[in-house]
Amino acid sequence: MAAHGELTPTSYIQHHLQNLTAQVGEGSFMTLHVDTLVTSLVMGLLVVMLFWLGTRKATAGVPGKWQAFVEIMLEFVDKQARDTYHGASKLVTPIAITLFFWILLMNMLKFIPADFIAVPLSWVGVEYWKPVPTADVNATLGLSISVFFLMLFFALRSKGLGGFTKEFLTAPFGKWMMPFNLILNIVEWLSKPISLAMRLFGNMFGGEIVFLLIWVLGGAGLLGLLGGATFGLGWMIFHLLVIPLQAFIFMMLSIVYLSLSEDSH
Amino acid sequence: MNLNLTLIAQALAFAGLIWLIATVVWPPLLKAIEERQQKIAEGLAAADRAKADLAAADQRVEEEIKAARSKAAEILDRAHAQANQILDKAKADALAEAVRQKAAAEAEIGSMLQSARENLRTQLGGLAVLGAEKIVRREIDAAAHRALIEELASEI
Repeated sequence: MAAHGELTPTSYIQHHLQNLTAQVGEGSFMTLHVDTLVTSLVMGLLVVMLFWLGTRKATAGVPGKWQAFVEIMLEFVDKQARDTYHGASKLVTPIAITLFFWILLMNMLKFIPADFIAVPLSWVGVEYWKPVPTADVNATLGLSISVFFLMLFFALRSKGLGGFTKEFLTAPFGKWMMPFNLILNIVEWLSKPISLAMRLFGNMFGGEIVFLLIWVLGGAGLLGLLGGATFGLGWMIFHLLVIPLQAFIFMMLSIVYLSLSEDSH
Repeated sequence: MNLNLTLIAQALAFAGLIWLIATVVWPPLLKAIEERQQKIAEGLAAADRAKADLAAADQRVEEEIKAARSKAAEILDRAHAQANQILDKAKADALAEAVRQKAAAEAEIGSMLQSARENLRTQLGGLAVLGAEKIVRREIDAAAHRALIEELASEI
């Protein structure tokens, strides 16, 4: 960061909230957040690999420790999905498992202090690196838009195009209030993915900023060092709760939305 | 990137987090895992035990049936033997009785024959003496020649 002038709290925080971007076309929309993409992909592959390790030598007999752990985790998510979703689709549990563990792992990158990643990367010439993909609204919106399309798919599959359209126009107030129904349903359908994405993003991004503020304090003299370490630890402990909770909420709400979109009003 | 105290603060906090996870979060997790393993192991062991028990019970039933069967056969054999024995004894008794009765009859016949012969002998002796008396009434004294007549009679 020496190239960017003097280190101030503002510049420190701004620097850490800067994504590593790659321009792929004209305009500000056509950029890729390389750090978000790479970390989320790595985390996704990690999920696959960890579960593969657990199930590769899966035995019907006494499971190994890792297999038992994977089984406990999968059973937990499967139970939630089964309790909430009562339709016929066998796709819901895999969706829930993917969402939960992927988001969990991406969130867990937050435990690693920001500079532990940023400093080594700056040595090899990577100036910006935002390590937590879920603190990037692009990643969370990407996830929730996928859920949105799944909702559409589930709704169309269970009701058909005609049934879906009819319900979109006549529920909940009956056919004489068609315009209101239409507006209400559009708002309802759009609010779901946006609220999903914003909840996760807001929690992670907010947590990130507080972390950065704490680290700024940590850089301010010996007393600051002590305070920064203490508050940093406290905030990490708080995130022990927040991180699984946010992943769980995202998963649960996705299942609920899928279930709702399949039910008829 | 300037290195400063921030890094040390982060390192301290991170170390604290790792220590907390190792002491507070990890043990219950490991305990849950081990409990699950144990539960599964116990379940499998119980299933094996039940299977073995069933096999043993089957075997025992088999043995019991076999024993009962052999015992029944034995009882039947003994009954047969006893029946034969009773039959044989009855036969032997009957035979002995027959023999005894035959012997008694024969003895009776013998004694009657003897007495008849004795009777005949004395009557014949008397008859001979009577005849001889009629033939030689005057010269022959019955008393003087009794010995001679008796000798004659025994030769008949």
